Amino acid sequence: MHIKENIAFSENGFVFNPSTGDSFTMNKTGKEVIFMIKEGKSISQISDILRESYDVDLTTLERYLTDFLNDLNVYNLLEEEK
Amino acid sequence: MSKQLFERPTITRLTPGVPSKHGTGSVIAAMPLIDGINVNDLMDQFGSPLYIFSEREIRKSMEDVKRAFSVRYHKTQMAWSYKTNYLDAICRIFHNEGSWAEVVSGFEYDKAIRNGVKGENIIFNGPAKSSDELLKAVVNGSFIHIDHMDELFLLTDICNRNNLEARVAVRVNMDTGINPKWDRFGFNYENGEAWDAINRIMINPHLNLMGLHTHIGTYMISTDPYNLAASKLAELAVSIARKFDFHISYIDMGGGFASRNTLRGAYLSGEDTTPSFDEYAEAITSALINSQIKPDKLPVLILETGRALIDNSGFLAGSVIANKRLSDGRRATIVDVGVNLLFTAYWYDHKFHPVGSHSGIVEETSIFGPLCMNIDLLRPSLMFPALKRGDRFVIAKSGAYNLSQSQQFITTRPNVVLISMNREVNVIRRAETLEDISSNEIIPGYLL
Repeated sequence: MHIKENIAFSENGFVFNPSTGDSFTMNKTGKEVIFMIKEGKSISQISDILRESYDVDLTTLERYLTDFLNDLNVYNLLEEEK
Repeated sequence: MSKQLFERPTITRLTPGVPSKHGTGSVIAAMPLIDGINVNDLMDQFGSPLYIFSEREIRKSMEDVKRAFSVRYHKTQMAWSYKTNYLDAICRIFHNEGSWAEVVSGFEYDKAIRNGVKGENIIFNGPAKSSDELLKAVVNGSFIHIDHMDELFLLTDICNRNNLEARVAVRVNMDTGINPKWDRFGFNYENGEAWDAINRIMINPHLNLMGLHTHIGTYMISTDPYNLAASKLAELAVSIARKFDFHISYIDMGGGFASRNTLRGAYLSGEDTTPSFDEYAEAITSALINSQIKPDKLPVLILETGRALIDNSGFLAGSVIANKRLSDGRRATIVDVGVNLLFTAYWYDHKFHPVGSHSGIVEETSIFGPLCMNIDLLRPSLMFPALKRGDRFVIAKSGAYNLSQSQQFITTRPNVVLISMNREVNVIRRAETLEDISSNEIIPGYLL
């Protein structure tokens, strides 16, 4: 799972997809997750990192990570492994 | 080092051009405290959902309304509208603040008596008073507001048979420029019915006309109709004085003052559009003072304000059960507060406040209740932070009607707590149990 290469990010959570013209904004956790995906981290690595810094149990984290990845997919920001 | 609070990750598409109906941005304030009490602690102790009332807010509202009227008109009397919220503890706060009771059924009448209200301080309104209820009210010297001619004749008959005299007022409906007209209660002013009823009462030895009453509507966001209504009642009072050389004791302007909630579909927030008590007071008292009623004969002004006094003092706290996406991509949040507990969700765009802090990023969300019914929709669309399962929220300004109109449906109803002036928390109605619900049921023998 990768973020499409042409997607632009800013440090303050602004996302721009030049192929569709869509722009998005993310909250703090959304931003952290998307940057880690961009760095090539796996979902399980992301989950471990988030659990270290946030007060959240594994079930809740997995449930909302799944939700978030689904949103990225719906918004056409992800591409399959090459 | 302590860990940070987790907010579920969100990504929200930005829509350029014309802002959505929610405008360019929304600030959703967290509400961790109600009257200085930690909401999480309350919910840990008393459960979720939870109705919460603040005695301090109730007394402050009473103080505000009394000040607004008393500085303009020296003879003002409040009467607590029982149907708005008839929990005994709530009623007693209003009575403690000097309010009489305004009731619309025998059930409410008995509640008022049980709450220690003297019979002569009860106003008995409503279109459906039974013979027994009327007799009780006559014996107790309560003010009976006659709603229709059948009631006038019934009351006359009761007084005749028992050789009693009743203290009565005529309920008057009228055109005050609002649409739709509220003309189903009382006698109409414009077609002469009200004057006819007054004349019949004035020549009836068993009925003593004490006052005139009107209730022009509910959630009135303009004060002009009150001015017009008070003028029309004052004209009737002058006509009575002229014809019978008799001065009525009071004019009762009913209720209908709006709270600060926002009506569904309203473009502007109720916070911005709702008139203040001072504006209502100015409209009503100026009409009476400027009328042809002689200054030394000005009647007592009675107000049956309910909603505006209790709505802002009541809160309904709940928890998120689940999040999902609807078929059109919208976010949906399912919470444990249903329309059976928040009846006013049908006509208000209630504000939801997260109990905990959040990042400030909001997304368009529909909020559904927990009932397995399609109608259980609290907000079709609002901008709301990314709450996750178990996160808590508070619906503010929910103190009017939601308890008295709540339904036991599908599940039992929750605890109601009151935060007292010294910030003690008391349960004022305990949560229902299966036993409470089943105790009135009778199973026929052949089904046992």
